[in-house]
Amino acid sequence: MTARSIRGAVAATLATALALTAAACSNPDSPKAGSGTGTTSAVVGIAYEPDSLSPLLGYGKDGNSKIFDGLLTLDADMKLQPALATALPEISEDGLTYTYKLRQGVKFSDGKAFGAKDVVFTYRTILDAKTNNPSRTELDAVKDVTAKGEDTVVFTLKYPYAPFAQRTVLPIAPEHIAGEQDVNTGAFTTKPIGTGPYVLTKWSKGEKLSFTANPHYWGGEPEVKKFTMAIIKDDDVRATRLRSGDLDGAILPPNLAKGFAGDQGRKTYAANSYDYRTVTLPTNNKVAGDTSVRRALDVAVDRRTMVDAILNGSGKPAYGPVPTDSEWFTQGTERPHDLAAAKKILDEAGWKPGKDGVRVKDGVRATFPLWYLSGDKLRQEHALAYASDAKKAGIDIRTEAGTWEVIEPRMKHDAVLAGGGSPADPDFDQYTLLKSSLAGDGFNNMAWYDNKAVDAAIEAGRKSGDKAERKKAYDTVQRELVKNPGYTFLTHIDHLYVVDDRFGPLTTQVEPHDHGLASGPWWNVEKWKPESTGDTEK
Amino acid sequence: MARMTGRRALFAVPVLLTVTFGVFAVAAASPFDQVKAYAGTAGLTASQENLDQIRANLGVDQPLVTRWWNWLTSALQGDLGDSTVMRQPVTDVIVERMCWSALLATSAFLIAILLGTGLGVLAARRPGGWLDRGVSSAAYTLEAAPAFWLGLLAIWLFALKLGVLPAGGLTDTASETITFGQVASHLVLPAAVLGISQLPWFFLYVRQGVTDALAEDPVRGARARGLSERTVLLGHGLRSGMLPMLTLIGSRVPELITGALLIETVFSWPGIAAATVEAATSVDFSLLAALTVLATAAVLLGNLLSDLLYGLADPRVAFDG
Repeated sequence: MTARSIRGAVAATLATALALTAAACSNPDSPKAGSGTGTTSAVVGIAYEPDSLSPLLGYGKDGNSKIFDGLLTLDADMKLQPALATALPEISEDGLTYTYKLRQGVKFSDGKAFGAKDVVFTYRTILDAKTNNPSRTELDAVKDVTAKGEDTVVFTLKYPYAPFAQRTVLPIAPEHIAGEQDVNTGAFTTKPIGTGPYVLTKWSKGEKLSFTANPHYWGGEPEVKKFTMAIIKDDDVRATRLRSGDLDGAILPPNLAKGFAGDQGRKTYAANSYDYRTVTLPTNNKVAGDTSVRRALDVAVDRRTMVDAILNGSGKPAYGPVPTDSEWFTQGTERPHDLAAAKKILDEAGWKPGKDGVRVKDGVRATFPLWYLSGDKLRQEHALAYASDAKKAGIDIRTEAGTWEVIEPRMKHDAVLAGGGSPADPDFDQYTLLKSSLAGDGFNNMAWYDNKAVDAAIEAGRKSGDKAERKKAYDTVQRELVKNPGYTFLTHIDHLYVVDDRFGPLTTQVEPHDHGLASGPWWNVEKWKPESTGDTEK
Repeated sequence: MARMTGRRALFAVPVLLTVTFGVFAVAAASPFDQVKAYAGTAGLTASQENLDQIRANLGVDQPLVTRWWNWLTSALQGDLGDSTVMRQPVTDVIVERMCWSALLATSAFLIAILLGTGLGVLAARRPGGWLDRGVSSAAYTLEAAPAFWLGLLAIWLFALKLGVLPAGGLTDTASETITFGQVASHLVLPAAVLGISQLPWFFLYVRQGVTDALAEDPVRGARARGLSERTVLLGHGLRSGMLPMLTLIGSRVPELITGALLIETVFSWPGIAAATVEAATSVDFSLLAALTVLATAAVLLGNLLSDLLYGLADPRVAFDG
């Protein structure tokens, strides 16, 4: 056999194998023939893949899901706007009844009409204990939801809950489809049907999600006809495929985004976020639970340097779950880096430096472990920087890496480098982080924080419907955190995106900790006006 | 022959039972929490009550043996259960991905066998010649090189530096339809890398077998009778040199499966491998058990196949039974 004939044989066999198997490998949900020339497409690279696309299991609960609509939606300034409802809800005097008027004439992408029964079905199913929705607690306030005729839905609450309207951005599922199958595993979880601007044409798990514009969208057919989200977990691969032109946009970590800074054809967007990194200081730890140690750490830590060195400047120092540029932030509660003040606090509290420089009080050495999620480079760098700052004040923090399985049983006594953040309402973060009754409840209140004044203020903050009154309550919480910080908040992290210029100037929303599918400049892809004249078929 | 197949099939039953039980036992002993894996990031803010409810819904709190027995009895009735990580029936997961894995593995296997045999014969013709020395040392190097590393190297060279082949996926990112041309061009790199990582074994076996055969008396006799070099090489040398390779074909199946696992990850090939990895780290019992049964069955079938081939090729070998 000559080399040439071998090559020929290999090629021939390959082709045969391909033909044989490919014939068997049908593509069960291939769309009807492509819409031909003139379509506009956008391909973006994301790092995160949802487990399920069913809103009943928690998909899109914070709004903006592309396939679905909620009763309400959030605009660029994070203000609530009507979506499937015609207006913001009417709230009763006592704050216990929310009434929504529904938009008429809206159809699901399968052509069936949307109605009040779908809203009732969606909320009742999520509240059903048999539904495996890990975010059910977020609707804890709901007592019941009922339809009044075809166009009105009424929610009654167990207790007044001011941020409730923010929760109604969650997507509405069609009862005639999702109600007919197993809610936890049925086909609807991977082949969703909604009222949104895009229709899912294919979800190739681990590879990509393909969408096509919904021509009958009640908000008008989007100009970007084809939208693809490629799931690329590796940062470097994502950057490479963006550079090669395979992607039109992608989320990137700061160091890789920097490489695109001088690019003429692409623009970098930094999305403000509520995504914080914090150190939990558990009350049950003899050292971390000591108020003077907590206060000393709070000023000993150099947040500015963390932002500059770890985040390459793409972020902000954090003093609490509320970012400094939020309207809910209490001006004057910033704690600048002040090592001398930290030492003074510790000296006055009786923590005296021992022989090795580590402080001791009543025979207790000022030392505790700090855990971070192994493999998370950002958390590791935060943890190391924090430990090194603490060392200068005479507190010895030993950093250790582990998975959540390792960390969770230790959370009661050991510090953890944690992250979180949901921007829609100040209640969302503060209640679960600080409420004493939630101490040790799953991952809620990991620091076992217990402060009567804070408890009272966050209760008041969620009950009152009056904005000024709520602001006052959250001011109290933030001032209390200065006096007794249960956590050392370190940074709020900007999320960076690089996108092709041809889509024109884009906007971003304030983003949560989770990188949801529709975070980033493509949060409103249905409103993009590409400059191109239709040659962008890729 | 039929009796041997029957006996092997009977023997497979206890093997498969033990393997599935082993999967359940190992997964139960692993530190990963199924509920946490199921809830994903939402689990990090969920209340304990919420998580406990999901635990009960998923039936995760039942003892190991009960869960295994439940899985087994429903699997025998054709219901493989639901995958918790893919949120789909296990059958759907397997059907959607299996044929893409089969396509990749078959192509790679063919490349390895054909190229290995061809090169082996050529090398045996002139032992110690430049082709023999070159290919042999390359083969020893390849034997030591992990498939994973080869894959990354191939991406770097063909996709990034030369830009001639796609770096991953089944089709172009923007394309929704699966066309023959798209799949073919995307298959080249993963199949070639997987095939080449398997090639050394076939090459070295064939080379040795044919070299030995060429030194035997009948071959020397044939040469002496003036038969053409081609007939001697292919008719005599390859024929007896092939025998050990037939055994090899069967025994390479497990290696092929693990190799495919890595290659699919490197090239984002939407096959069964990615699902296996996810099922394992998320303690997805139903999916994990079903996939293990499949892999075990593939290995058993591979062994049976090589024994049958061997028996057919060499009349001196009797079928066991």
